Amino acid sequence: MIEVKNLCKCYGDKKAVNDISFSVGKGEILGFLGPNGAGKSTTMNILTGYISSTSGQVLINGVDILEDPIGAKANIGYLPEIPPLYVDMTVDAYLNFMYDLKKCKLTRKAHLKEICDICKISHVRERLIRNLSKGYKQRVGLAQALINNPPVLILDEPTVGLDPSQIIEIRTLIKKLGKNHTVILSSHILPEIQAVCDRIIIVNKGVIAADGTASEIADKLTNEHKMTVRIEGTKRTAEDKNEIVTALKAIDGIKYVRADMERENGIYDYDIESEEGIDVRRAINSLCRDKNWNILMLQLSDMTLEDIFMKITTGDMETIKTSNEKKASLDNFKISITGSMDVDDENAEEAEEASETAAEEGGDE
Amino acid sequence: MGAIFRREMGAFFTSGIAYVFLAGFALFSGLFFSMSVIGSGVSDMSPMFSSMFIIVVFLIPILTMRLLSEEKKNRTDQGLLTAPISLSSIVLGKYFAALALFVIAESIVFIYSIIIALCGQVIWSTLLGNYFAMLFLGAAFIAIGLFISSLTENQMASAVIGMFVLFVLYLMDSLAANIPVEFIKNAIISAAFYSKYLELTRGVFDLSTIVYFISIAVLFNFFTVRVLDKRRWA
Repeated sequence: MIEVKNLCKCYGDKKAVNDISFSVGKGEILGFLGPNGAGKSTTMNILTGYISSTSGQVLINGVDILEDPIGAKANIGYLPEIPPLYVDMTVDAYLNFMYDLKKCKLTRKAHLKEICDICKISHVRERLIRNLSKGYKQRVGLAQALINNPPVLILDEPTVGLDPSQIIEIRTLIKKLGKNHTVILSSHILPEIQAVCDRIIIVNKGVIAADGTASEIADKLTNEHKMTVRIEGTKRTAEDKNEIVTALKAIDGIKYVRADMERENGIYDYDIESEEGIDVRRAINSLCRDKNWNILMLQLSDMTLEDIFMKITTGDMETIKTSNEKKASLDNFKISITGSMDVDDENAEEAEEASETAAEEGGDE
Repeated sequence: MGAIFRREMGAFFTSGIAYVFLAGFALFSGLFFSMSVIGSGVSDMSPMFSSMFIIVVFLIPILTMRLLSEEKKNRTDQGLLTAPISLSSIVLGKYFAALALFVIAESIVFIYSIIIALCGQVIWSTLLGNYFAMLFLGAAFIAIGLFISSLTENQMASAVIGMFVLFVLYLMDSLAANIPVEFIKNAIISAAFYSKYLELTRGVFDLSTIVYFISIAVLFNFFTVRVLDKRRWA
């Protein structure tokens, strides 16, 4: 359905997209993942013919986007990062405009009604786009992409600005659309990609860093055995911390121990990494029994998409640690929002991400 | 092209630009009509048309300023450029929308002709000659304005640059008069807009002038398409 061969895009000396090749089959939902500036939007803009590639070929439904741009574009519905909405128009006028612009041959009234129902914007059709909330603008943008039932849908961060329940709706919608459309969507919200996409491409610095299903990618990368354990010492002070760390380090098969944040009064979490193929849980348990410590929590951390992402995009072991810290700050944030709302400045950025993920997770349940 | 034409026509009215333009055109043409036609007791509207040149120089950039610059600024050009239509139909849709509004504004002179018909004799051939002279002038100026709008993201910059450029075109004859080199002087005068336009309004039908104005319109629309096309390759 979509074939991309050796795509390159240079801005002066800077290579925004460097030799990207992939193909997407009919009915596939492909997730495009990457840090900011990785070349996601650039690739999408090339696929849709908004900008042209420096070299390489893009075939949409077998039609070359450069040789027959009009024919190729007729196969694509595109929702850019910023929905291309004319704020001085009503939703209805705008959709009619896009209907005309795309030279749609389907019955106007029925088709637009169907799309408005799908995107749940039927009740705002008479309102000016200017007065709509971000979430509704995003939906109108999606509706615009669906006009003329294009076989290929390209969605650049489709759930930005939506509330958790709307995100679920849009995700369900994308999954539904994926049954008879080919969908490419980009996002920086990892659980979203995981929930919606059949296949994931991770791009970093303009090149494809990984391509496959989430579990395939994880299999290739994971050989870490990590867990987080919360242990209550006898004194319940910071002194415990060093004692516990030393004791844990002495256990056979544990290669890395790090004390994490204080979780409860005088009680700390410990990130533990063991050698491959060795289960250290029983050893930890018996250690605690001997020392009269209490294990309050033990959590095995499988490699999440977030870890994979961090690992690929920064490409070293440090990232695993930082991703753990990130998880920690996430937990912190959850605590602080249930308690007081104080988030210190240095955590603010992480907390922002965390709140997004938290919203995601909240929505999933 | 039709979809873009209809949208731009709608946008002219919702943004208020149409009202400013129509009001400005009606105000100044009315002023010149009462001063130089009614005031001097002639039935020939040519003096009014010649005076309108300078007004058009300032009004047309207002008409064209947001046509392409706003699209780029609000990123709505992404919707247009990824739709299955050609660049030229985008440009021409916008161009003809502006031209249509200009025609509507200009048609107010037919109301004046009724006033003249009530108290005297309308010379229809001169009136129509003037009408079309102004129409072709507008066609050329709108193409230039649209081209300038495609170069910038800022509406105000687009308007100011447009006014400046059109004003220079207006001054071309008087500027050229001071150039000592005969060859350059003649070249500039032969490309000048104002003297050509004046001759048309005097009722001298000159096909070369009409062809000149239309060529300018075609040329600048072509340039605008090239600007949009080039942006994709940048």
